[in-house]
Amino acid sequence: MSRTFLGMPGAAPRSGDEGFPERAARALRDSQLRFNLRKATRTIRARRAGVVAELPDWAELRRAGKEIKDHTLRHLDTYLIQLEEAVTKAGGHVHWAADAAEANRIVAGIVKATGETEVVKVKSMATQEIGLNEALLAEGVTAYETDLAELIVQLGDDWPSHILVPAIHRNRSEIREIFTRRMAEWGRPAPEDLPDDPPALAEAARLHLRERFLSTKVAISGANFAVAETGTLVVLESEGNGRMCLTLPETLITVLGIEKLVPTWRDLEVFLQLLPRSSTGERMNPYTSTWTGATEGQEFHLVLLDNGRTGVLADEVGRQALRCIRCSACLNVCPVYERVGGHAYGSVYPGPIGAILTPQLRGMGSELDRSLPYASSLCGACYEVCPVAIDIPSVLVELRAKGRHHLAERTGMAAAGWVLERSGRLARMQRLGGRLRKLAPGRLPGPLGGWTDTRDLPPIPEESFRDWWNRTDGGRR
Amino acid sequence: MSSRERILARVRAAVAGAPDPEIPRGYRGPGALPADGVVDLFAERVRDYRAVVRVLPESEAAEQVARSLAERRAGRVVVPGGFPRALLTAPDVQWVTDDPPLTAAALDAVDGVVTTCAVAVAETGTIVLDAGPGQGRRALTLVPDYHLCLVRAGQIAPGVPDALARLDPVRPQTWISGPSATSDIELNRVEGVHGPRTLEVLILT
Amino acid sequence: MRVALFVTCVNDTLFPGTGRAVVTLLRRLGVDVDFPMAQTCCGQMHVNTGYRDEGARLARRTVAAFRGYDAVVMPSGSCAAMVREQYPRLTGGPQAPPGLRAAVDELTPRTYELTEFLVDVLGVTDVGAYFPHRVTYHPTCHSLRGLHLGDRPLALLRQVRGLELVPLPNAEECCGFGGTFAVKNAGVSAAMCADKVRNVLDTGAEVLCAADNSCLMHIGGTLGRQRTGVRVMHLAEILAATEAATGDGAERAASARRPGAAR
Repeated sequence: MSRTFLGMPGAAPRSGDEGFPERAARALRDSQLRFNLRKATRTIRARRAGVVAELPDWAELRRAGKEIKDHTLRHLDTYLIQLEEAVTKAGGHVHWAADAAEANRIVAGIVKATGETEVVKVKSMATQEIGLNEALLAEGVTAYETDLAELIVQLGDDWPSHILVPAIHRNRSEIREIFTRRMAEWGRPAPEDLPDDPPALAEAARLHLRERFLSTKVAISGANFAVAETGTLVVLESEGNGRMCLTLPETLITVLGIEKLVPTWRDLEVFLQLLPRSSTGERMNPYTSTWTGATEGQEFHLVLLDNGRTGVLADEVGRQALRCIRCSACLNVCPVYERVGGHAYGSVYPGPIGAILTPQLRGMGSELDRSLPYASSLCGACYEVCPVAIDIPSVLVELRAKGRHHLAERTGMAAAGWVLERSGRLARMQRLGGRLRKLAPGRLPGPLGGWTDTRDLPPIPEESFRDWWNRTDGGRR
Repeated sequence: MSSRERILARVRAAVAGAPDPEIPRGYRGPGALPADGVVDLFAERVRDYRAVVRVLPESEAAEQVARSLAERRAGRVVVPGGFPRALLTAPDVQWVTDDPPLTAAALDAVDGVVTTCAVAVAETGTIVLDAGPGQGRRALTLVPDYHLCLVRAGQIAPGVPDALARLDPVRPQTWISGPSATSDIELNRVEGVHGPRTLEVLILT
Repeated sequence: MRVALFVTCVNDTLFPGTGRAVVTLLRRLGVDVDFPMAQTCCGQMHVNTGYRDEGARLARRTVAAFRGYDAVVMPSGSCAAMVREQYPRLTGGPQAPPGLRAAVDELTPRTYELTEFLVDVLGVTDVGAYFPHRVTYHPTCHSLRGLHLGDRPLALLRQVRGLELVPLPNAEECCGFGGTFAVKNAGVSAAMCADKVRNVLDTGAEVLCAADNSCLMHIGGTLGRQRTGVRVMHLAEILAATEAATGDGAERAASARRPGAAR
């Protein structure tokens, strides 16, 4: 099958030959990273819990969010056509892209037709997924990221590690260092003696990007929602960089994953409550923009992106991943993500949602993609906070059943299965273990050694429960 | 086959036979939240975003606009078309109109903008502008660093569902909840990035 | 009422004291419990590691082994969650023989984790236990988010005479066991457990208890390796302990330092 491109191209930190455990091991050794992640995820967890508890009807909103998405996906063909008609009627241009290459070609074509060589960008998972910035650069167009965290990542030649806060792995002093060192190469330099307090860093970003916002003629965005009925696009943001890009340039290009649709304007009453509270832990994000077609004299292009989504849609269990509204609540509560960060997942979609989305979009051809469904203890914290009730643990288990397994593991599991298939076999194995208990090693061999590296083994009892039951007639003798 | 046809065909093949759920709407929809107390709730919630909030009788609006602009030392202020002229009594303020449309650079050079709004949301402390009279096009409330917004008590909807029901989806909207902010540094909220760093809301009762 | 004990393969093989404690406890409460010999393993390890066919075979065996009982009691939140949540999907579906589907539908609502059986079916929280120690309770993920055991274990512990119950900070966080996760992603698993151990030590408890020996094996193995002196015990063993100190639990409480210590 053709591999769907999912961001993190050639320059990605290590190739797909390296599995999640090896990537995670590297991250675990980075104590600064673990400190940054721990602090950030714990802050956001508490904030989310507070504003979610405020709404007495959260469970009902969540149920509605889930079913609206499922209903939309069930009738996605109808709603896509409806959206296309509404946007076109409102003066916008609609394009369809089957994969990343086609989407990049379409966007590059629109930009080149304007004669511009620079574009400003609003943070967008879809454009990261298709590697749009790199594709534009190859066509001689420079894309400037304007979201603060994306700016930190872009200036630092870094990789995003979180859906909402791509620079979550950086702390304030690292950000100060990146700004001081790199801003001058990209535009207005950072102020001299820039302190590392967050307001000063935000101010530096404001000054650095101001002139660019006021003068750039083309902008590229994603969108959080698209209303099929009216053709309205919706972007939620915090800083105002989104508004700058959506409002000031003469041409706006929006790249939209086809799963982002909702049927009606009214449906936003559910998602405008679910998303901000789940994502930044606010009652409402500072700015939400909605527009329909060509607005206030702007030229508007909408690129509808498949890039593997229809493949996911075909899977009965896995398709629920397409409900995702990219809030990142699952990342923020995940004990695995908290300890290894986003880079270990080797995709623009990290964390629990990434562990089910990436292997489905990209296929399970590489060691990395086969190992992602195992990057979870199945603790269920992700499912509990998901505002659209994606049962991530169940999808993980489903994907585990689909992937290839190593021979040693297959052999071990087959042997265990054989023993457990007859109670007599189990009893004989237990008795054998009981007799050899004194010989039990302190360290286990091979891949099982991971256990004894940090933990003692429990001693093997002389007598199993079933033998005790038989010997004593269930303790009556 | 075009990509359009290919994508639509793939979608149809993928969902054939999939269940078609009813959408349960057991949450608090339009009209479900109480309408009394919205002014106090709205004021409290806007304040939580560290915006400046004042509640006053409508008859004192002109006076307060003048006082707020004077406190801010705003000498050149943008006024969108359709803003009530009677409220523009502030002495020493040069009112800048958007006709003909101001350039982005010209907007960047003013001290602030004063607008009305279309709707407000009490539960979330949100004001919604839809480019209607007194609100202007979207850039007017974006580029200047100070935004003074007048909200009449009757415009405050209790919750998000009520607000959406009052709005026309086809008009360009900007939902504003406090000043520009970011949580990108260690997930701590910091006010003031690219949008107006100061938001002042006058609630007229 | 015909009650069967599904002791689980881990308890049967490694922690027989927990099974004995359940028997002691239920007898004391007037429940004569049966142990169907054909039982082995619920199949969770296979299913959750990606071996669904093998897991489904074990699930079908289990369903057959427990046919005809009014209640099946399991001293494991995670295995009980497996039966209740995963069995219908695993053994059901359009291809499943109708007889099997009916048997699954019959079994799942009659399957109880031990504390559910005590509180919901028997209606007791005071089981007459005596355990004079400082104890903290870790709600394992499947107990907490799978079965939603809620306050049941704590309600039972609060009634134990002599027991000082201390809350565990960040209790709801996973200990990092996760079945084969502990081996496949040993580094992350150990990092998670390090935090859990720190929280346990912060309580000053002598004993950490839970409703799952598998998680306790992981946390206890780390506590043991670090020579912390904190013991781990299955909740059932605490509830089985009495002042007469003849029960298995009290016996183990007096002698054991680690889970499953041989007698």
